[in-house]
Amino acid sequence: MPALCRDCLATFDGGARCPACRSPRVTAHPELFDLTIAHMDCDAFFASVEKRDNPALADKPVIIGGGQRGVVSTACYLARIKGVRSAMPMFQALRLCPEAVVVRPRFDAYVAASRAIRAMMDALTPRVEPLSLDEAFMDLAGTQRLHGAPPAVMLAGLVRRMQRELGLTGSIGLSHNKFLAKVASDLDKPRGFSVIGLAETEAFLRPRPVRLIWGIGPATQEGLDAAGIRTFDDLLRWDRHDLALRFGGMGERLWHLARGQDRRRVSPNSPVKGISNETTFHADTADADILDGHIWRMAEKVSSRAKATDKAGRVVALKLKRANHTLISRRHALHQPTQLADTIYRAARALFDQVRDPGPFRLLGVGLGEITGAGDADREGDLLDPDAGRRAQAERAADAIRARFGPDAIVKGRSLR
Amino acid sequence: MKLSIERGALLKAVAQAQSVVERRNTIPILANVLIEAEGNTVQFRATDLDIEVVDRAPAMVERAGATTVSAMTLNEIVRKLPDGALVTLADDPQTGRLLITAGRSQFSLATLPREDFPVMATSDYAANFAVAAPVLRRLFDKSKFAISTEETRYYLNGVYMHVAESEGAKVLRCVATDGHRLARIDAPLPEGAAGMVGVIVPRKTVGEMRKLLDDDEAMIAVSVSETKIRFATPGVTLTSKVIDGTFPDYTRVIPQGNTRRLEVDAADFARAVDRVQTVSSERSRAVKLSLEEDRLILSVNAPDHGAAEEELAVAYADERLEIGFNAKYLLEIASQVDRENAVFLFNSSGDPTLMREGNDMSAVYVVMPMRV
Repeated sequence: MPALCRDCLATFDGGARCPACRSPRVTAHPELFDLTIAHMDCDAFFASVEKRDNPALADKPVIIGGGQRGVVSTACYLARIKGVRSAMPMFQALRLCPEAVVVRPRFDAYVAASRAIRAMMDALTPRVEPLSLDEAFMDLAGTQRLHGAPPAVMLAGLVRRMQRELGLTGSIGLSHNKFLAKVASDLDKPRGFSVIGLAETEAFLRPRPVRLIWGIGPATQEGLDAAGIRTFDDLLRWDRHDLALRFGGMGERLWHLARGQDRRRVSPNSPVKGISNETTFHADTADADILDGHIWRMAEKVSSRAKATDKAGRVVALKLKRANHTLISRRHALHQPTQLADTIYRAARALFDQVRDPGPFRLLGVGLGEITGAGDADREGDLLDPDAGRRAQAERAADAIRARFGPDAIVKGRSLR
Repeated sequence: MKLSIERGALLKAVAQAQSVVERRNTIPILANVLIEAEGNTVQFRATDLDIEVVDRAPAMVERAGATTVSAMTLNEIVRKLPDGALVTLADDPQTGRLLITAGRSQFSLATLPREDFPVMATSDYAANFAVAAPVLRRLFDKSKFAISTEETRYYLNGVYMHVAESEGAKVLRCVATDGHRLARIDAPLPEGAAGMVGVIVPRKTVGEMRKLLDDDEAMIAVSVSETKIRFATPGVTLTSKVIDGTFPDYTRVIPQGNTRRLEVDAADFARAVDRVQTVSSERSRAVKLSLEEDRLILSVNAPDHGAAEEELAVAYADERLEIGFNAKYLLEIASQVDRENAVFLFNSSGDPTLMREGNDMSAVYVVMPMRV
């Protein structure tokens, strides 16, 4: 059976240890050198960056997240052993693992690390589709002649290089489509390398829960539960037509996924769909002034990300989570794309005023959608709001001051609330 | 109820009524038209709860009565009947259906009880006056393009009709704006209108009311209260709620001190704008106007699409100016000009620009420039 040593990248035919370096980190699979679609997922990415940059944290459980009321953004593997998980409320995480060191996220550092990894992936194939800072799909079809080695070898080389040059580890899933590659990368974390071949696809999926399908929303999940579909085996028993009737457009997709079929392509420049920021409060609040301050802060964050990436958006979205965790979301289409915090704030504030709900709320988010280039943004003034032009100038001037003297050099009074 | 009516008269009345009915409806009775027959008249009444239209037509009424049926179905049936046919409408108390017969065609439609049909409450109309159809047509046709569709500024979703003063005389004025362009149209104040409160006439009402104005000879009876407006011809009465909001103070939006004056043939100008905008990007549609003595250069430069330029001979005697506009807005205001040259008055490239027809102050347009 074709096999690969992930330490020295030697290829050989079967065996539990590498014949060249005696390493036990061997991956063997009948289709190992034929598969081309991969998913790379960094291991506890934010926590790993923190541990790399601060060696004192190396042997301590580390949780990335903010504040008492925040949620866990990432937990390192030491904290995960204690049961800490992403998106878990912080107080719960600290109850499970009181000795954990909580670190506030440093997005600049994560973005820098992510860019370095992206450059390494780009060296393997032009078909890289990032899903977030720490994971991406790659399609290596047709690269074997170029690299003189099959995709599996190049991928093992990628994670080896990430560890050697950046001090960060990742796991690889290799298969024949995106769905299965993503499933595979999660099978053997951390520092994993898992393969799902064409021949074993159905047998592999059969006993597994349908939760595995990435991108299933809570609504579809509930629908699946109600239909008694728990495993792929359950799903296989459904007729294609019945699935479509019951789940609409998703039904057709479920039918294919049940058979391990996924025809989506790895598309390198999947456009930015939206820019958004949200915050969970220290304590639930119904105070309109405090909420207004948060709307401004979030609008400003969204705006600064839009400005940094030369993007603008035509739709402003507001998201509120009530104390009982139910969600309210509202959107408003602007007349023209914007990247100005002032415009985003005003639209979000108008949406907030339309939500006739007294609160209290635990979370507030502001987002920008229908993204375009900055060139189309804010080109027309408003006859009925002649001061808008002056506010826009003031905002650009404040941006220039921040660019020169740092992000806190100048802030609006309302963001201090 | 049983009546007979000529197909053409029936179609006219039913078509007007059914266009008020909302297509997507959750309340079944609102999809219906109320048919009332009495004396020698049949009356069709339809509503979306904001607008109510009542159409009257002469008919041979054999048995007085009333019922309601789907406005859309009735309209479709009548539309497909041959011209000149005599149509009989009769309700069948046994089956609760409405029977429609014309020649050899027969239809039977489900009905809902007339008692369920919501009839709009009457209002205390403080002002009642009559306006010739062409006058009303001009007021609304020249302003409606500027109505905003933005729901957050609901008070801009209509035409603000009110009494104002222009050059020392009282006028009946219609104003519409979406914050990017504004139209202000005046007509001589009709007798009896002086006491009228200003009302914002919703976009849909403007569209429905427009159908009453095609007859040049017709006089339209207008009644206005604080909450409603009513337009009536001998055959049709349209009653509408007005938008419950305050129209912004538009007077400070209209530039007073713009001195740079451009005079251009509106049709030539519109054709040139239309030609150069072909290459502008779908989203921005920005056109640049470069002005120097008696010369106007229209240009578009869209990096992803291409570039275009066209020169026009114009009357312009002020200093050089470069200013950008949304091509769509320029075309819209230029198309309002039908008799004289278009006169543009500019200030700077960042300030609102004013446009009027010659020196006629009874129709003034303001348009906001665009950064180019």
